[in-house]
Amino acid sequence: MDYTAMRQFADSWGLLFMAVFFVGAVLFAFRPGSKKNADEAARIPLKDD
Amino acid sequence: MLQCENRETAFFALFRIGETAMRFGTEIVLVGLAAFAALAAAGLAQDSAFQAHMWVLFFALLAGLVVLMRNTTFAPAGAASIPLQADTNGYMDGPVRYGVIATMFWGIVGFLVGVTVALQLAYPDLNIEPWFNFGRTRPLHTSAVIFAFGGNALIATSFYVVQRTCRARLFGGNLAWFVFWGYQLFIVMAATGYLLGITQSREYAEPEWYVDLFLTIVWVAYLAVFLGTIFKRKEPHIYVANWFYLSFIVTIAMLHVVNNLAVPVTPFGSKSYSLFAGVQDALTQWWYGHNAVGFFLTAGFLGMMYYFIPKQVNRPVYSYRLSIIHFWALIFLYIWAGPHHLHYTALPDWAQTLGMVFSIMLWMPSWGGMINGLMTLSGAWDKLRTDPIVRMMVMAVAFYGMSTFEGPMMSVKAVNSLSHYTDWTIGHVHSGALGWVGMITFGAVYYLVPKLWNRERLYSLRLVTWHFWLATLGIVVYAAVMWVSGIQQGLMWREYDDQGFLVYSFAETVAAMHPYYVLRALGGALFLIGGLVMAYNLVMTIRGYQREEEPIGGRLAQPAPSLQTAG
Repeated sequence: MDYTAMRQFADSWGLLFMAVFFVGAVLFAFRPGSKKNADEAARIPLKDD
Repeated sequence: MLQCENRETAFFALFRIGETAMRFGTEIVLVGLAAFAALAAAGLAQDSAFQAHMWVLFFALLAGLVVLMRNTTFAPAGAASIPLQADTNGYMDGPVRYGVIATMFWGIVGFLVGVTVALQLAYPDLNIEPWFNFGRTRPLHTSAVIFAFGGNALIATSFYVVQRTCRARLFGGNLAWFVFWGYQLFIVMAATGYLLGITQSREYAEPEWYVDLFLTIVWVAYLAVFLGTIFKRKEPHIYVANWFYLSFIVTIAMLHVVNNLAVPVTPFGSKSYSLFAGVQDALTQWWYGHNAVGFFLTAGFLGMMYYFIPKQVNRPVYSYRLSIIHFWALIFLYIWAGPHHLHYTALPDWAQTLGMVFSIMLWMPSWGGMINGLMTLSGAWDKLRTDPIVRMMVMAVAFYGMSTFEGPMMSVKAVNSLSHYTDWTIGHVHSGALGWVGMITFGAVYYLVPKLWNRERLYSLRLVTWHFWLATLGIVVYAAVMWVSGIQQGLMWREYDDQGFLVYSFAETVAAMHPYYVLRALGGALFLIGGLVMAYNLVMTIRGYQREEEPIGGRLAQPAPSLQTAG
């Protein structure tokens, strides 16, 4: 794979993959019902030593 | 089957007596062989620096061997453990205790070397040839504070945090001890190498190929211990601090391996050549360099923030969902920011712009994370007045916000054309390193020491206040002085007269910096004194003393003492 092909892959499929992954991560974090899980997870350090 | 068992134990037969096994038997054999290999390498060395370095390695391993042999017993393994290595509630806290002490020790060393190099810049006569001139002491300072102080803090706290939040003992048994001692050996080899003049001249990656290879082994062991502990966790969810720690470990492994791809001239020499050349070499280096900032000095310490701030204020993090966004945004953006170190160079223009744009986008996750850390205190802001440890942590997060504002601003090409190569950059780095990395580490260490040594409280909270003000004042002096000197330096360099000639010669701009360099050394000295106050406080805490002192907030805030204990 030469430089031009890698460059082309990076600013097409590579870019798309990362953008979709990131948007997916954000949507997953804010999906309905995630608040309860998140609040529970936030208390993990406070449970005990 | 019996035969197989015999063969397996044959090598270690010398170290087995009846039913009891020799403690550290395998370790003694391996360290002994490594010491012999170092001695052989010293004998076969092709250059004098490599020879001297191998002698250093030999004596370091020999010292380790003596310590191991003095601690060996023929009792069943683990029967008599010394308190420093003891477990707490089944958690493996020995390496954490050692790590906290190492953090304190290397911190003092690193700050001291920092003040020394600052004075060397102000008073060039202090450059003592050949071992202690600025070119050698400067990487000694940067590696001591970043990798020795910061690295030990990260390893120790990550071992502590991953066990508590996974509710599982560290994976891999004595592998955690190998990580700790292996990392110390790496530090010693890196530091002595610099003073001997061994360097591959890559900023923050100066150690040569053989030290790099050894660090790779230690780092893979670290990853195995951390990941193994996560795999055997009893807590279903992986707490966000562990995500940050894991991203730090994985990314540093990747950066370290790629940036150090090199071919040694000979297996018994200190010189190697990079696999990359020209602008590719420069970009690889700054892809490494900036992500060392992003993943070593930011992601790892954010893991610290997400555990120790909630613990110290006893409240959950403000928004757990924001912390997840913070994590992913940081991961996706930081890795592209490196090219901003190469503005107006041979690097293609589009790559420079890419680095600048991603640096500016980093504003969002950085400030999201800062707000998340600060808002964790909402409803407990009074602690800022009564708890100097909380104050330290809040100042750390405030400096995180300030330096992550300044960084993207300096990455803008127009600003960079003034700031690059000037002391402004050094000021920026120190507001991040002293303010964010230093302060969050101090906060975490103050939290950890009473817990690890089972003390009711620190020796003195008043001394923490002293440390807080000394350190804060030191940073403010340092950063403010470097702003002024950096901008003045940048303006002097670009000053043209009517006929297009430069107004100032380079030597004139150097001479103009003298007063700022003296003041900078003063700022660093204040920070160093703060570190010494901390060391005294922690040693007294570990030894079990408690200072009689007025509680912060006055005695009125405390329950009235009973008549019997009065007087």
